[in-house]
Amino acid sequence: MKTGLITAAQCGLYACRVCGLVSRPAQAMGVLTCARCGQNLYLRRPDSIGRTWAFLIAACILYIPANVLPVMETGSLFGAQTDTIMSGVLYLWTSGSWPLAVIVFFASVTVPILKILALAFLLISVQRRSVWQPRQRTRLYRLVEYVGRWSMLDIYVVTILTALVQIHSLATIRAGPGAVAFGAVVVLTMFAAMEFDPRLIWDPVKEHHA
Amino acid sequence: MPDIRHESVVLDIPEAIAVPRSRWPLKLVWIIPFVAALIGGWLAVKAIVDRGPTASISFRSAEGLEAGKTKIKYKNVDVGQVTQVTLSRDLRHAIATVQFVKAAEPYLVEDTRFWIVRPRFTGGQITGLGTLLTGSYIGVDIGQSTQAKTEFIGLETPPVFEADEPGRQFVLRGQELGSLEIGSPVYFRREQVGRVLAHELTGDGTGVVVRIFVNAPSDRYVNANTRFWNASGIDIVADTSGFKVHTQSIVSLLLGGIAFETPDSTVAQPVDDQTVFPLFSDRSQALKLPDLETIRFTLYFSQSLRGLSVGAPVDISGVQFGEVTFIGVEYDLAAKALRFPVEVSIYPDRLWALSRASKPPSTERRARIDGLIESGLRAQLREGSLVSGQRYVAVDFFPDAQKAQVDWTKTPPVFPTVPGGLQDLELTVANIARKIDKMPLDQIGVELHQTLRSLNGTLHTVNAMVKRVDTEITPAARQTLEESRQMFQSTRQAVAPDAPLQHDLRDALRELSKASQSVRLLGDYLERHPESILRGKK
Repeated sequence: MKTGLITAAQCGLYACRVCGLVSRPAQAMGVLTCARCGQNLYLRRPDSIGRTWAFLIAACILYIPANVLPVMETGSLFGAQTDTIMSGVLYLWTSGSWPLAVIVFFASVTVPILKILALAFLLISVQRRSVWQPRQRTRLYRLVEYVGRWSMLDIYVVTILTALVQIHSLATIRAGPGAVAFGAVVVLTMFAAMEFDPRLIWDPVKEHHA
Repeated sequence: MPDIRHESVVLDIPEAIAVPRSRWPLKLVWIIPFVAALIGGWLAVKAIVDRGPTASISFRSAEGLEAGKTKIKYKNVDVGQVTQVTLSRDLRHAIATVQFVKAAEPYLVEDTRFWIVRPRFTGGQITGLGTLLTGSYIGVDIGQSTQAKTEFIGLETPPVFEADEPGRQFVLRGQELGSLEIGSPVYFRREQVGRVLAHELTGDGTGVVVRIFVNAPSDRYVNANTRFWNASGIDIVADTSGFKVHTQSIVSLLLGGIAFETPDSTVAQPVDDQTVFPLFSDRSQALKLPDLETIRFTLYFSQSLRGLSVGAPVDISGVQFGEVTFIGVEYDLAAKALRFPVEVSIYPDRLWALSRASKPPSTERRARIDGLIESGLRAQLREGSLVSGQRYVAVDFFPDAQKAQVDWTKTPPVFPTVPGGLQDLELTVANIARKIDKMPLDQIGVELHQTLRSLNGTLHTVNAMVKRVDTEITPAARQTLEESRQMFQSTRQAVAPDAPLQHDLRDALRELSKASQSVRLLGDYLERHPESILRGKK
């Protein structure tokens, strides 16, 4: 770990998040804005941890209906059927499509919960000013941010099927209330990941070494 | 802490612009988890509030039931879903646990009935064809009771009618079921108006009790006078009046059925639900007038009772007014002989109903019967139909009959009889024999003898004549024949191939042929040398 690096915050300088202009703090009181683009300037994202927690808790709450409520309602000649994510996975598993079942289970059940757990872990470690494995934790953060959008797979499938399969009495597919909750979970975790400031991981490390 | 070395660099960096801090202490971002909690909480509350009652329904077999799939439908509207299918503790039933919708709560009452809807062919109807595609579901018929219940026993067959179907149930009691089954049609004037709901043996096993349902508005045709009968299959009656075939419809041929008719009546009392109607075995029995009073008599016939059966009519001049109820054998101790009593029931109402409104007292009736016997009223056994060989008891006036009277001391009283039927035939035969007896057979014999004798004489004469022919004509004929034979022989000799005549004739012909040859040669020569006629041959 290189400890000789000086952060802008240590110098009392602000970097604009949008245009990248580095500025000095103004003498006047109030909220600082970028001299070039007018974006609010912060040393660190203001209330990053609080906001991330807020999104994360909301995602946690909605994760329950997302898995309990049906995501897809299929109506056909042979009767109506509603499917939750888990019932779909189980159907795929029992019908022998194990690879598909694994993919759906991974993308739709495991990934959101892992994201929530990973973000919670990052938040707690930052709040406890942990200096443990900052590099790995940063990698974890990048992974969370990257993988987030793939959870939308289910929603894409449902929306495409809903649009395609509308053969009136023969077969119709509608998105169930679970799909909305599931979409909300994915979006909220993405927001949470966005709101989290990874620089917070490094601050205690610097102090620790200083 | 800023480093001194970078002081100059820092001074080159533009200064940020300060704007006044917004006065909004509440962090807006926390609205999001709040809203999420609100939605989640609302969903949870809704799920709990909307959660309907559960009930368990036991079936003999869970064929077609699937946990999490099979629906409960009332009038084809989903009212619940099977959540679990298990076996009962004693392994005799399958128990389906059903989660109902909230609205179904008041309908889970004592007399609510459940059954599995599968494709079925019953009562002449095909039902549940849709379940071929969608799979079975549990049908429900909501009861009227107010007693709540959560454990039900499912019906094995769908109920015949729904609880809210207008109509009435009636209870019939009959001797036997025939080919009736649940769902068999009930006919009124050959119009199907109802169905058989259930049937069972009576408690003591002496008959069957059949419950039927008659749809409104036809149920108003059922009153105290209504007669029900078993219209199952084909009813072929071979009785003294010949053959009769009764059927209702093709469906009832296959499935059996019940028909009813309400005879015209001025007093049509309505019936309550508990009235038990008799179920007759056929229409004619059902529609017999209600014979309230019967008089029984015993008849002793001196002839064979073959062809007489219980139920055979007793009639007077073709009008039936009673029937045979018993045929037996008894040993008469006094006479040391077998006797064959025939008990009959007479319906006096049929005789007197029209003549007077009130029934005559018993003694007067006796006197009247005695009077009729006095003037020759007797019972007689008669052939009803030559085809079926059935017999019946006829009551008729026989003025020539021997004096007799009703023996009122016996129970039932003994009614006098006269021989009939075959005995009549015997009498006739005897009559014929008597007539034959009266013929002058001896005289006929003597005359026949004389005739034969003269015939004999004639035959003698003929014989002599033949003999003369034999002696006189035959030799001459033989001679003639001999001569003609000789003539034929000489003719044959003349014509035979080696006969001299033949030989001569052949020679002559040969000569003739030669002669004609010479003439032809001469002719040819003359043609070539015509001058030779003048000049001569060179």
